[in-house]
Amino acid sequence: MAHDVQHYNLDQKFDFTAATKKSIFTVLIIGAALLVIGILMAIFGGHHEEAAEAGGHAFHWYERLYANLWINNVYFTGIAIIGVFFFAVQYAAQAGWSAPISRVMLAFGNWLPYAGILMIVTFFVANHDLFHWTHAYLFDTNSPEYDKIIDGKGAFFYWPMAKGTFPAFYILRMVLFFGFWVFFFTKFKKISAQEDQLGGTSHWFKMRSWSAYFIIFFAVSSSISAWDWVMSIDTHWFSTLFGWYVFSSWFVSGLSAITLLVIFLKSKGYLEMVNENHVHDMGKFVFGFTIFWTYLWFSQFLLIYYANIPEESVYFIERLSSDIYGPYIFVNLAMNFFLPFLILMTRDAKRHGIFLKLVCTLIIAGHWVDFFLMVQPGTLGHNGGIGFMEIGMFLVYGSAVTLVVLGGLAKGNLIPKNHPMLEESYHHHI
Amino acid sequence: MERDKNFILGVYDDEDVLLHAVSEVRTSGVKIHEVYTPYPVHGLEDVLGYKRSRLPIAAFLFGMLGTTLALTMQLYMMRFDWPMIIGGKDHAAIPDFIPVTFELTVLLAAFGMVGVFMISSNLKPWAQPRIFDLRSTDDKHIMAIDIANNTSMEVAKIQEILKSSGATEVNNKSFE
Repeated sequence: MAHDVQHYNLDQKFDFTAATKKSIFTVLIIGAALLVIGILMAIFGGHHEEAAEAGGHAFHWYERLYANLWINNVYFTGIAIIGVFFFAVQYAAQAGWSAPISRVMLAFGNWLPYAGILMIVTFFVANHDLFHWTHAYLFDTNSPEYDKIIDGKGAFFYWPMAKGTFPAFYILRMVLFFGFWVFFFTKFKKISAQEDQLGGTSHWFKMRSWSAYFIIFFAVSSSISAWDWVMSIDTHWFSTLFGWYVFSSWFVSGLSAITLLVIFLKSKGYLEMVNENHVHDMGKFVFGFTIFWTYLWFSQFLLIYYANIPEESVYFIERLSSDIYGPYIFVNLAMNFFLPFLILMTRDAKRHGIFLKLVCTLIIAGHWVDFFLMVQPGTLGHNGGIGFMEIGMFLVYGSAVTLVVLGGLAKGNLIPKNHPMLEESYHHHI
Repeated sequence: MERDKNFILGVYDDEDVLLHAVSEVRTSGVKIHEVYTPYPVHGLEDVLGYKRSRLPIAAFLFGMLGTTLALTMQLYMMRFDWPMIIGGKDHAAIPDFIPVTFELTVLLAAFGMVGVFMISSNLKPWAQPRIFDLRSTDDKHIMAIDIANNTSMEVAKIQEILKSSGATEVNNKSFE
C-alpha cells in the first residue's frame, strides 16, 4: 500500500490539442464579432440627443470601450493573481491534499505579464475617460472646477510630481505590483520545475518561505490595487473595506476558474489521481468564499445604508436608483450568493462535476457583473449597460486568458512528481 | 428470543484486524449490533455499511425555521405592533433585519442540530449507558452481536466466526 501513487503516470503533460485551441478561438471570434457589432451600434446608434441635453460633456462611444477594457483588465488580473495566491497559500498552510492540482493554480499566473501591459496601456489611452482625478483643473485653486476633496487626495496619485501633472506614484505602484507579482510567479515556477528534476524536500521548504513573502506582499498590494484601479474611479467616495471586497470578489472567481480547469482536465483524462475528495475540497472553498464575498458586500452596504451619510450613500444611490444598474445589483446577489449557496449546500453537489461546473460558470459570469457594477456607473453613468460590447469584450478577454493559461500549463509536467506531499494527497479522503 | 438483551462480544486488539474482521463477519452473514472503540477508527463506518447521517437536513430545516422566525418577529414588531422610524428608514427596512436574521438562523440551526443529535443518539441526561466491556474505553475494540438478530445461526457458529476473524476473546454479555 505504501506507494500507490506511483501507479499513476506522474510525467504526464497537458496536450493543448488543435481541437481545444480551435474551440477557444471560435469563442474568441464570436466575442470579437459581438464587440464589433457593439462598437458599430455605439457609433451609429449613439445617444446624440442625450449628449446635447447633458450640455458640457458629450459622450463618445470609445468611452464605453475603455470602461469595458478596464473592467476585464481588473477582473482577469484578479483571476490570474489569485491562481498564484492560492498556490502560495497551499505551501504556507503546508497543505497536502492540493499537491497534484497545484500546477493548475499556478498556471493562471501566466496571464499576469499580459495583464500588466494591458493595464498600463489602457490607463494611458483611457486616462480622463475613466478617471476623474486625472484632470489637471481639479488641483488648480484658480480654476472654477477646483475640487478641495480631490486636491486633498492628490498626493496619493501624483507624488512626487506636482498635482495634476504626471501620476507618478500611481504608475509606480502599478508597475511595482505587477513587477513583484510576475517575479513571485516566475520564482514559484522555477522552484517547482527544479523540484521535478532534483526531488527531495529542500524545494518544498524554499517554496514555503517564498510563499510567505508573497502572501505578505499580496496582502498589501491587493488592497492598494483595489483602491487604485477600482475605488479611485469614484474619487470622492471611499470605503474602508473596499480592498477586501475586491479581493473577495477576485478570490471566489479565481477559485471557480481553478475548479473549472481541474474538472476540465479530469474530463480529458488528465490528473487521474485527483478524485471526488479533492474536487469536494475545491467545492468547499468556492462555497465558503461565496459566503465570504456576500458578507463583505453586505457589510459595506448595510453600514452605508444605515448611517445614510450623503457622501457615503452616493455610491449606492448612483447604482440602486438607476434604471440601468439597479436591476444588476439584484442579479449580482442572485448569481453570486443565493444560487451558489443553495446549489452547493449539499455534500453531493460539491463532489460531482455537473453542479460545480454550473456554479463555477455562474460565479465567473456573476463576478464580472460585480466588477461591471463597480466600474461603469462612475465612468459612463447613464450611458452604460450590458450590451453586445460588454458580452463581446468579456468573451474576448476570457478566451485570451484561457489560451494563455492552457498554453502555459502545456509547457511543463502537469503534476509536481517529486512533491513531498503527493502521497498524502493520494490518500486524501473526506 | 428478546431483542437487545443477549450479546456475543468479540474483543480485538488491533484496529487493522478489526476493520478486516468487520467485513469478514458481515460477509459471513452475521448482523453486527455495534462496534465500540476507544478512539475513532478511520473507515469503520464504511465497513459497517452505515449510511450517511441525515443530520445536515435537520440543520437546514432548523436554519430555515430560524430565518422565518427572525423575519416575522422583526416585521411584526417594527411594522405592526409598534411601528417606529429608525434612521429615517421605512418601518419594514429589510436590510436592517438581516443581521438578526442571520444570527437566529445560525442559532436555531446549531441548537436544532445538537438537539436532534442528542435525541437520535439517546443522549438524554437520565439515560443509563450500557457498558458492554469496560476495556472499550481503554485499549480494546469490542464488536457486539445481538443474538436475537441472528437467530438463523447457531451461537457456537457465530463464536467460531469471531474467533477466526482475529478476536482475542469471545465473551457473552446479558443485560437485565
